[in-house]
Amino acid sequence: MTSVLTAPAVEPPAASPRGRRRARRSPRSAPRSTLTRGSALGLGIAMVWFSLLVLIPLTAVVATAGEGGWDRYLSVLRNDQTWAAVTLTVGQALLVTALNVVVGTVIAWVLVRDRFWGKAALDVVIDVPFALPTIVAGLVLLSLYGPNSPLGVHWAFTEHAVTLALAFVTLPFVVRTVQPVLEELEVDVEEAAASLGARRGTILRRILLPSLAPAIAAGAALSFARAISEYGSLVLLSGNRPYETEVVSVRVLTFIENGNTASAAALASVMLAIALVVIVALDLVQRRVARRG
Amino acid sequence: MSIEVRGITKRFGDFVALDDFNVLLPSGQLTALLGPSGGGKSTLLRIIAGLDRADAGSVSIEGVDATGLPAQKRDVGFVFQHYAVFKHLTVAKNVAFGLEIRAHGGLRPPWAAQRRADRARIDRRVAELLELVHLSQFADRLPSQLSGGQRQRMALARALAVEPKVLLLDEPFGALDAKVRKELREWLRRLHDEVHVTTVFVTHDQEEALEVADEIVVINDGRVEQIGTPDRLYDEPANDFVMGFLGDVTRVNGQLVRPHDIDISRVPLLAGAVEGTVARLLRVGFEVRATVLTDDGEEVLVQLTRTHARAVGLEEGVTVWLTPVTGAATVPALPSMRSAG
Repeated sequence: MTSVLTAPAVEPPAASPRGRRRARRSPRSAPRSTLTRGSALGLGIAMVWFSLLVLIPLTAVVATAGEGGWDRYLSVLRNDQTWAAVTLTVGQALLVTALNVVVGTVIAWVLVRDRFWGKAALDVVIDVPFALPTIVAGLVLLSLYGPNSPLGVHWAFTEHAVTLALAFVTLPFVVRTVQPVLEELEVDVEEAAASLGARRGTILRRILLPSLAPAIAAGAALSFARAISEYGSLVLLSGNRPYETEVVSVRVLTFIENGNTASAAALASVMLAIALVVIVALDLVQRRVARRG
Repeated sequence: MSIEVRGITKRFGDFVALDDFNVLLPSGQLTALLGPSGGGKSTLLRIIAGLDRADAGSVSIEGVDATGLPAQKRDVGFVFQHYAVFKHLTVAKNVAFGLEIRAHGGLRPPWAAQRRADRARIDRRVAELLELVHLSQFADRLPSQLSGGQRQRMALARALAVEPKVLLLDEPFGALDAKVRKELREWLRRLHDEVHVTTVFVTHDQEEALEVADEIVVINDGRVEQIGTPDRLYDEPANDFVMGFLGDVTRVNGQLVRPHDIDISRVPLLAGAVEGTVARLLRVGFEVRATVLTDDGEEVLVQLTRTHARAVGLEEGVTVWLTPVTGAATVPALPSMRSAG
């Protein structure tokens, strides 16, 4: 289930840095097909691959869910326990994404612009949440914030546990999308702004953010998509307590285990819709910021 | 005195970029800082602009001590070699940037009457400036849709927009191809005659400095080698370095002299003429370059026009006599000549 929800979510933001340019093109030079025979073959392979892995399974899920009609959706969402899981998941995912936008950008900034001892090591360590199997990530967090916490922080089985686990697994996204863009930015652009009288804050707002916005939005979209679909790192730490720490992916699993595939599919397609809405919203915000100055 | 630099020292690790550097750059003039790469001229310009901090010394601009001022408050326009355009803003918005910051800092709400008045004033000024740099028809384009020369003109308009006390250009034409560079250079000269803002530009191209500048400061190894008008520097170089950097030099009789300042004849007319044989003749367009091997074993390069060469009857292998023409700039050749141009 996790991968089904993540995969389509990844697609639009990955193309968004280019999308920005496309938005500015005058209507006269509307995109014309540039397909040669070779690239047509490439496109064909891509489409078959994408269809087999993503499009057809997704359609199947939506179709299964749609069999019951709107009533099915309503009855699934009207269930208090499910609704609690949806609000918790979406709320926490938004919170963690907002956190990542700020912290991730700062970390990327430090990694690109500052020189300090251990920088190379930090650069590698950032990817650890990608590398760890998520269940191990849960174990790691449990040892620090669980019942036997050496810090005296007992966050296991509370809402904080969800925040913590999601923040852990989504940390690298914004860092890794912003970093290369920041590396490409020329310092003399900031110097030019400074010599024109712009203060640090103005330079950040009017020069740096518009350039970084597409990358930040792409990272945020990845981070949000990952957060609403997260399962492995959560199950140990959150305890899956209904109404409190149960997230959608756990709820979907429960439905499936009880043989209620239709409800599982309905809930999955609701989450798919939410992911789409958030990603489109992020792209709109990104376009606004990128054009402002 | 417009820009006064006193005792500036700047080190990057062990490398000394500027060493107790002093210079006075006069108001209203177009001054070139000329020297080889790594000689410290760009560092000096950045220190004047406040983009770099000196380790010691002071800078004053129009009589105001600017040593401790940040770049934002120095009232200096800066143009970068690689244009430093704001990629996400249109040409007009790029030029308006400094004006907008000064007008309201972007903090007044869009519906405020004052902001509308500012907007109208800024729009007028931007239109004027784009006219000045011949980019009016490109106002709504993005910088990525401009050529290099156009981008640099836009950067110049952007720097001029805030009416800076001084305009600093760091190798402004360095990234452009030869033809555009030549055009822009002439255009900069005309622009300066129109605007009269104190301008300092850094270049390592002696032709550019000689053609454009009112005054040239030759900088090498973090020190001033010579300051003067282009004519003075060319005709009366203070040392072998300046002589070598400002044009071709060759060596006759222990003297450095310009290859076009050598008189060549097939008969010994003047006393002290050096005898030699023409080893090679090379014709490049209107000029002929002759390499003469003297009896002392020196290899002398002589430049003359094609007509002159024909009149003299130059051919490979003939014996000739060489003398520096009267009034030619000569500098004693040191055993360790630092540069031969």
